[in-house]
Amino acid sequence: MSIKLEHVNYIYSPETAYEKQALNDISLEIPQGQFVGVIGHTGSGKSTLIQHLNGLIKATSGTIYYQGRNIYEAGYPLKDLRSQVGLVFQYPEHQLFEVSVLKDVCFGPANQGLADAECVERAKEALELVGFPKKYYDQSPFDLSGGQKRRAAIAGVLAMRPRVLILDEPTAGLDPRGRDDILDQIARLHEQGEMTVILVSHSMEDIAKYVERIIVMNKGSVMYDAVPKEVFSHYRELEGVGLAAPQVTYIMHALRERGMGVDISATTVKEAADSIAAELRRAGKETAERV
Amino acid sequence: MIRDITIGQYYPANSILHRLDPRVKIACTLFYLVSLFLFKSVLGYAVALAFLAGIIKLSKVPLKFIVKGLKPIIMLLMITVVFNLFLTAGGTVLFQIWKLKVTTEGLRTAVFMAVRLIFLIMGSSLMTFTTTPNALTDGIERLLSPLKLLKVPVHEIAMMMSIALRFIPILLEETDKIMKAQIARGADLESGNIIQKAKSMIPILVPLFVSAFRRATDLAMAMEARCYRGGEGRTKMKPLVYRPRDYAAYAVTVAYVAAAVVVGRFVPFVIWIF
Repeated sequence: MSIKLEHVNYIYSPETAYEKQALNDISLEIPQGQFVGVIGHTGSGKSTLIQHLNGLIKATSGTIYYQGRNIYEAGYPLKDLRSQVGLVFQYPEHQLFEVSVLKDVCFGPANQGLADAECVERAKEALELVGFPKKYYDQSPFDLSGGQKRRAAIAGVLAMRPRVLILDEPTAGLDPRGRDDILDQIARLHEQGEMTVILVSHSMEDIAKYVERIIVMNKGSVMYDAVPKEVFSHYRELEGVGLAAPQVTYIMHALRERGMGVDISATTVKEAADSIAAELRRAGKETAERV
Repeated sequence: MIRDITIGQYYPANSILHRLDPRVKIACTLFYLVSLFLFKSVLGYAVALAFLAGIIKLSKVPLKFIVKGLKPIIMLLMITVVFNLFLTAGGTVLFQIWKLKVTTEGLRTAVFMAVRLIFLIMGSSLMTFTTTPNALTDGIERLLSPLKLLKVPVHEIAMMMSIALRFIPILLEETDKIMKAQIARGADLESGNIIQKAKSMIPILVPLFVSAFRRATDLAMAMEARCYRGGEGRTKMKPLVYRPRDYAAYAVTVAYVAAAVVVGRFVPFVIWIF
């Protein structure tokens, strides 16, 4: 029950002046149920990588296995793969087309060949999951606000009940509140449904807060593949490739330099706060003893 | 899939042809196209082939890339050849299938027509391969500028052309993205009869139109924000100026046309029927 990539290479427009190696010998395995973050500079190959996972792009060379089966073998049911590995593109609201939100969300399940009643049921369930207000179900998706459009579009993929959910910058262009809402709901989905979630993001704070593993892409190759604490301990190298660590990492390093015994591997605000509080308590106790 | 269309594309390279003034390239391409219809004998085609080969060599565009641009016209080419082959009267009959006669004249016109079409496409696509769309519209604007006296809105036409050209790759990319997004939602774009296929295009066309209009509004707003108000009194940051190499290019082209016409029309030379 996993996605496995073996020596995957991908070249855009081969044998032309625009030829570009987008992926360079990628090998990795993502077990079912993991919450993975993918980070990388613009053009590092993140988006190309995730489009391989549901067979939208065929690798120039290399193999991809989903649940142990090679997705490039003759006769592999790619349609089934796509309903199990749901992909939410960047700005997914640009794909809305139906006359009402509910109908649009039904598009995915209907393509899976489900009966109308079942489609509507799944659509309502998905819309509820993303916190889409009931009163807008019959509205035209084009009349919604940006945040609501985004929710409707994400629901359009969730309605297919995928086992793996890939999101390419799901919060780009949203306000902080909408961003936290959507990410919290996705995290809840991951906890409840044992869904694998692959989150592509430029926000190190979001990545640090939610994921259990980070894949850092640089120029089409995997640069780091580890838990957040370890990846962000390389914050100088990350800066070298146009990325950064979460802001708290910098604060913790600065505090350590000034002589405070805080935990520099803290990556979320909560961890940092706990560590600083513990250090202050310890320092306070020491001063009290001395007096 | 959509990326594979090479006809009309720009091919970045550093060649003398890329550096020529766009006006020269447009005018010379026109001369070249007209020249293809001015000669009658195979010698004329030989001169044209030599000229074309020389230009391709100079352009540094790989021949493979240019030949790929011929793909979309293969059907047209075949239809032309078949019609000319069977429906041209005159000359002696070479052979006959049922009621269809193939005459020497038919074979001659068919072959010449095919060669002409191929030369035509290769020559004109060479212009677009070596000229950026912006330079091309600049050139057209300047070449048409005398029409301003007749109150033709030349600047506006050129501006619309350059916007249209600029939007082709953007819309192609957008189409690609929307198609992928809908395929990811299980859309089936290939199977089914023609009505089902047409229906399956709705999830792609609706978002595409919405996005095209959104982009158009955004662009209009950006243009207004920069005080764009048409061509009146507008100057260029990089005005087109003829350089020695541009005059040389004109001279070479005129020499070629003269040579092709003289050799192709007046030098008596026949191989079999050609």
